[in-house]
Amino acid sequence: MGKRALIIAIIGLLLLLAGLPGLVDRLTHGHLSVGYGTPVPWALWVMLYVYFIGLSAGAFLISSLVYAFGMKQFERLGRLALFTALVCLLTALLFIWFDLGHMERFFFVFTRPSFTSLLVWIVWLYTLYFFLLLAEIWFVMRPSFVRGGEGKGFKAGLYRFLTFGARDLSPRALERDRKIVRILGTIGVPLAIAFHGSVGAVFAVTVARAYWYTGLLPIMFLVAALASGGALLTTIVAFAVPNGLGEHREEVIGLGRLLALLLFVYFLMEISEILVSLYGTAPAHAIPIREQLFGPNWWIFWILGMGMALVGPMLILIFPGRRSAFWTGIAGLLATIGFVGTRWNVVLPGFAVEELPGIGRSFFEPHWIYGLYIPSAMEWGVTLFNVGVGMLILALGFWLLPLRAEEAPV
Amino acid sequence: MQVKTEVKSVILQMYEDLDRALKKPIHERHWGMVIDTRKCVGCNACTVACKAENKLPPGVVYNVVIDEEFGTYPNVARRFISRPCLQCQNPPCVRVCPVNATYKRPDGIVVIDYDACIGCRYCISACPYGARSFDFGNFYTVGQTPEVMPWDVMPSFEYGEEQRRDPRNHWRSPIGNARKCHFCLHRLEKGMLPACVTTCIGQARIFGDLNDPQSLVAQQAASPRAIRLKEELGTEPSVYYLL
Repeated sequence: MGKRALIIAIIGLLLLLAGLPGLVDRLTHGHLSVGYGTPVPWALWVMLYVYFIGLSAGAFLISSLVYAFGMKQFERLGRLALFTALVCLLTALLFIWFDLGHMERFFFVFTRPSFTSLLVWIVWLYTLYFFLLLAEIWFVMRPSFVRGGEGKGFKAGLYRFLTFGARDLSPRALERDRKIVRILGTIGVPLAIAFHGSVGAVFAVTVARAYWYTGLLPIMFLVAALASGGALLTTIVAFAVPNGLGEHREEVIGLGRLLALLLFVYFLMEISEILVSLYGTAPAHAIPIREQLFGPNWWIFWILGMGMALVGPMLILIFPGRRSAFWTGIAGLLATIGFVGTRWNVVLPGFAVEELPGIGRSFFEPHWIYGLYIPSAMEWGVTLFNVGVGMLILALGFWLLPLRAEEAPV
Repeated sequence: MQVKTEVKSVILQMYEDLDRALKKPIHERHWGMVIDTRKCVGCNACTVACKAENKLPPGVVYNVVIDEEFGTYPNVARRFISRPCLQCQNPPCVRVCPVNATYKRPDGIVVIDYDACIGCRYCISACPYGARSFDFGNFYTVGQTPEVMPWDVMPSFEYGEEQRRDPRNHWRSPIGNARKCHFCLHRLEKGMLPACVTTCIGQARIFGDLNDPQSLVAQQAASPRAIRLKEELGTEPSVYYLL
């Protein structure tokens, strides 16, 4: 195991252990000790689910630059992008699973679906996406499995198993693999757009929440997914891959250029949303924006959302990042973290307005507080656990899978 | 000449309306309510009756009385809007449910199948009236007092079934479910008015079959004073307010 993969694994393990008490509380006492309530029914976990599913869609769409659109420039990052997409998808699903009131009934979405619900559409679409990802990863890595399976030891044995008996490395077989990967990657593009657009639409179709009820929201989700996924990939290539800054300098800087453009487009959309909502007098539109900008959580908007996710990385990418892979990596890291803030401000302000004026002051019940939401220790615990699991899977991939095997480009 | 001077009790008339409606096939009924804001004094008897009837735990709220103050002292006034579930005829909560756990019955009441609900809370996000609650598993006396009071773990009979919440098992429904007002469906099916209606001290709540022009509720819903909340959303509530 490489040194950097080991560091990721250790951090992941520590997070997982730190989160265990929260996990136990969640499993034994359900949602009793969460910080959210009925007026804020979706909170930290839903927000992080949106974040991770966006990272997955973004990383996948960047992999498709290689496999569907044939951009040779990023060829060496293809496998890493695909595997990152898989890890983020699994982490996202973990978050939304723990968010369910009845985790044991998750499969009802398959056995008794209602197709008027966008939740069904996203679940079905990313089930397809999950299998497509697995298949694409397998076809991309198959030559490496065959070659790596020739030696002795645990890894070789694993690789021999993972070939599933398909050991043909003739030019014809490789050409067939290439073709299948291109087809899968091409199908994946509309699929990723559809499922992440639908994640945005889950919110956008909610006529009850004026803040979300806009046709721009699904598009913003897609741009945010590409930007945050690109940022995460930049970070991983620059800092997690051994000697990434040296070996992958060109790719990192190339990703940085793409990232700058995506951040700028997202920035424009965000500014437009804010100004349009603030200009009018309708409280249902203006209050969520005012809360974000000047409310008690102002720092999530200004420091995380604007500073770290958008303006900071854009400035870095325009000035030092144009030539320095290190600074591009830093910009990627900042944006990766900062986008948590923009995701928070997509989900939580939706609940900033009382459904009926005065309802929040009319009665007092537990789990029924309008206004400020503060995640509970249990919510943080489950969050640490989930992120820890994600990091462990990532480290495991670095350790076991041929994520960088350049000798067998597909 | 004989002038008919009989004044019938509102409650009695509502019971007659109810009996008539129950004789019809279910799809010909449309249960609805009219709430006269001029008769509401904000006593919250409806809220309390609802809590007692449905054995609602802390945090699960079917009925609220929204209490608003206007003006500056000494020129002040208060307004009360009591709000059950409005039983929309085009309910946004039903469309978003991923598993068909919540649906509109032929008689217009929006119900929840506790054994199907996965607890995703999309319906709560989608309700424009804040009429749904999530059951977080709170109890009044569990962990609060030395002894768990029997009334705290008594079953309710919502939907005509024994619904027993178990403080030791947070995986058991209705804990972890979305919950909402159902016009006391279990009472209606036995020919009884919803608890909030019978208990209202000002008889501000009129209940009955909106499809029956002879019923008190249909007559009052046709009043020019009648409005529905957030009509612009197209939800078509079955609850009318008289201003």
